Amino acid sequence: MRGLQLSLNQTQKIRLQKALETLEYLSSKANSNASVTVADTIPVNYEDGVLKGHGTAENDGEVVATLCGVVERVNKLIYVRTLRARYKPEIGDIIVGRVIEVAPKRWRLEINFSQDAVLMLSSMNLPDGIQRRRTAVDELNMRSIFEENDVVCAEVRGFQHDGSLHLQARSEKYGKIERGQLLTVAPYLVKRRKQHFHHLEQYGIDLILGCNGFIWVGEHVEAKDDMIEDRVSKSEQQNAKSSKYSMSLEEQEKTYTPLETRQNICRTANAVRVLSSLGFSITVEVIIETVELSISLNLDIHEMLGAEFCVLVAEGEVERRRRLMKKKG
Amino acid sequence: MEFVSPEGFRLDGRRPMEMRQIRAEIGAVANADGSVVFEMGNTKVIAAVYVQNRSQQINDQALVRCEYSMANFSTGDHMRKPKGDRQSTEISLVIRQTMEACIMTNLMPRSQIDIFVQVLQADGGTRSVCINAATLALADAGIPMCDLVTSCSAGYLNSTPLLYLNYVEDSAGGPDFTVGILPKLDKVTLLQTDAKLPIDMFENVMQLAIEGCKAVANYIREVLQENTKQLECRRGT
Repeated sequence: MRGLQLSLNQTQKIRLQKALETLEYLSSKANSNASVTVADTIPVNYEDGVLKGHGTAENDGEVVATLCGVVERVNKLIYVRTLRARYKPEIGDIIVGRVIEVAPKRWRLEINFSQDAVLMLSSMNLPDGIQRRRTAVDELNMRSIFEENDVVCAEVRGFQHDGSLHLQARSEKYGKIERGQLLTVAPYLVKRRKQHFHHLEQYGIDLILGCNGFIWVGEHVEAKDDMIEDRVSKSEQQNAKSSKYSMSLEEQEKTYTPLETRQNICRTANAVRVLSSLGFSITVEVIIETVELSISLNLDIHEMLGAEFCVLVAEGEVERRRRLMKKKG
Repeated sequence: MEFVSPEGFRLDGRRPMEMRQIRAEIGAVANADGSVVFEMGNTKVIAAVYVQNRSQQINDQALVRCEYSMANFSTGDHMRKPKGDRQSTEISLVIRQTMEACIMTNLMPRSQIDIFVQVLQADGGTRSVCINAATLALADAGIPMCDLVTSCSAGYLNSTPLLYLNYVEDSAGGPDFTVGILPKLDKVTLLQTDAKLPIDMFENVMQLAIEGCKAVANYIREVLQENTKQLECRRGT
């Protein structure tokens, strides 16, 4: 989703340029030039001892970068944090992925990693919530849980010996997600935080910021423990099946998303699109701010992808960072 | 034919040792992992890199593949039939081998790196432009490399070493050296020519091409640095 094609007029061009230059100026104050390109020498102090991390190599006794990115130093460890690259999983990351294959006892998920991730049938909660061994029947019914092309939210469990990724979904908040939009942004724009699930109450939507750059915007669903309640309601449903008419009505109501919610979903999704095309880091605060800006300007949803709003968001970001700088000192 | 005028200018107005103008635009293909449009003079190339999972073969290193093609509209000579696949296959192979030398394939087990390069506008030296474009696209894709391979060509016409021949000079039939080097490690990874050159001039021409490579490397480095800095400062902290 890089490079939204914008037709800026002369004034907008100058404003955008000015905003971006200010951002450059603000960030140049914050961190000294730590960005490197491939084969740049990274200055290190050998007396303290050095641990070479990802993106570094040794050449003629010098530490050399093998990637383009920003040098990070943690005590003795030196590594290069890449910007535009595929997702680098870490254990415990919350990710959103799309099922591409239903294989024996496992689902394969596309998660923007260089390899597919694996979600085992045994590492997820069954819909009835009972803890037990998975039987052959469960395996045959796997498609009733996730099918191909379903969007799934899960957690990174660990790496297999061959380097591929294992996922788990052992909680109510994980699992299939429906009725919303999936957006893909560059993974470096999503920061790892304590909270990746957000419920924006004012809009009635859920926002999942997957660490892999897959962002889900969808209708809010109550994450309820359906262990007891559901079984009751299920039996009720079965009773209701006898009268076909009431069943279809009930189902309609279940899958119906109010227009307002749908508009809010689109609005939020467009906010994410604008932010990602500008290359700003995507956090829930910035998204809400962008959505509110669009509402306060009385913009239609489609107008959010226009040139004027893009420039306004850039200018807003400058203001926001200025405020943050002031707060810091 | 006179390729260097008595005043010391070439057909396109350059001095014998003058570089062509270079321009690079990173991020030309939205869906690719890394992409670039790279121009050297009138030669223009688009390169895109895709990384994908390859589970069929069990292997402890990445597989590099390269596909070179030339757009039908790239040459001035529209009527010319495509030369058959032979030339493209050969150049694909050259690019693949050159890139393989710098990619740290052991860090990406069981994945496949596809490099696609297409010549949009041809005016001599497509081989070196393609290599430079591929390097940039790989760096943009965040693939670990031990060094940036850069390439440049040099020729010898009218008893003068010339840096980076254009199409007219290239088709004169004189020697044309394509050199690829790893500037940081100071190693040559590619050296190709298809005509005879007096042995005493070899050193000069080679030196000229290496100087050219280093100039390209400086430019590529600048572009990448600029790009990384921009991404980082836009993202903020």
